[in-house]
Amino acid sequence: MLNGDEIDFLCNDYQTLLSALRDELGMIGTKEGCGTGDCGACSVILDGQLVCSCLVFAPEVDGRRVETIEGLAEVDHLHPLQDSFLEGAAFQCGVCTPGFLMAAKALLDRNPSPTETEVRYGVAGNLCRCTGYDKIVRSILDAAARMNEPENRKEAP
Amino acid sequence: MKYRAPTSIDEAVELLSAHPGAAVFAGATDLIPQIQGGRPEPSLVVDLKRIPETVRLESENGFWRVGAAIPAAALTAHAGLSAVFPGLVEGAGLIGSDQIQGRATLGGNLCNASPAADSVPPLVALGAEAIIVGPGGERSAPVSEVVIGPGATSLDRAEFITEFRIPSPSRWSSDAYQRFIPRTEMDIAVAGAAARIRVDSDGRCEEAAVVLAAVAPTVVEVSAASGILEGRLIPHDSGRDAFWDELEEAVVSCCNPIDDKRGTAEYRRKVAQVLARRTVVTAARRARETL
Repeated sequence: MLNGDEIDFLCNDYQTLLSALRDELGMIGTKEGCGTGDCGACSVILDGQLVCSCLVFAPEVDGRRVETIEGLAEVDHLHPLQDSFLEGAAFQCGVCTPGFLMAAKALLDRNPSPTETEVRYGVAGNLCRCTGYDKIVRSILDAAARMNEPENRKEAP
Repeated sequence: MKYRAPTSIDEAVELLSAHPGAAVFAGATDLIPQIQGGRPEPSLVVDLKRIPETVRLESENGFWRVGAAIPAAALTAHAGLSAVFPGLVEGAGLIGSDQIQGRATLGGNLCNASPAADSVPPLVALGAEAIIVGPGGERSAPVSEVVIGPGATSLDRAEFITEFRIPSPSRWSSDAYQRFIPRTEMDIAVAGAAARIRVDSDGRCEEAAVVLAAVAPTVVEVSAASGILEGRLIPHDSGRDAFWDELEEAVVSCCNPIDDKRGTAEYRRKVAQVLARRTVVTAARRARETL
């Protein structure tokens, strides 16, 4: 399952999930940074758990649930995290942004009202060389606050 | 390179016996960077996560059985395990980012054989046994005997670890693990220390184990610690009692550290002493809280 759709794809045994997403499926929203699990640019959610897709062999995800940045927005509106990132100028070059958004989503799925410290630990596996992180942290806290307003509260997916 | 995900121990052992260039993996957080870094690519990678024994977590007959391929995130989320082995869960929970926590395992942390592996000192302090399978069937070995040097284990080529068997703590017993890194997250230990302490009904130490990380080619147990700590009333802070000096001397005598970019050998010795004191205090406090 990729972003809620059942899909089939062919890949080589040695390919990573990152490579299968980008090179076989054309899902280029997930970025390659370091390729060794240090930078978090390739973060996706696998069976509800945040992982680096560069550290997952593509054949491992057979029968499992993968969420990528392409599945974050709804058809007609952005995810509150995406709105907050836009309004809070939480990115400049944008290469790290999909990874940060997926890490933030995984954090808010698990902990809808994180403290600033919890947010900083939650995205400690994601590197950004532009923003200095503060705008990213503020934007995640802002999105959490919005999602917790009574009229916006949704049942967990 | 081929990928296989066997669903039984027998199938996995058969694959490993038939492919001399094969490598087993669970979280792949060490394997993939090693291949990317230029280490020879295995002809076959064997994913152990679909073998039921490697992902089982249960307590039975005085033991906890903890699957070697369970990701750290599942261990830290397990309330029962966190209550009985807080130090083990602390060690496992320190390995990498949330992304890495979702993949990294106890079996991989041990068999990657880094002297700085954070989950290994608590396993050794707890007296854990590794259950090892291979062409010769099943055997068990103390976790302290699995790693023989940096990057090297005592496992035969076609063997792998399915699970760890950890004695359930006796009454009034607890553990702790701490490491030192120069930043707050995302680094490898300069030094680490685990302690397991059992106290009597007066809160006096009855049994102690202290194990150090990143100060020798392998994780190392301070074997003199039990003799030094037994019978002592361990205070809430590490205080000025003379037995702390004895413990520090014993710690230093076990250290054989390297100088590298993370710290000098002298610094590692000093940090190991401080961490040993702190984890003994923490484990003793936790043990007393169960009184």
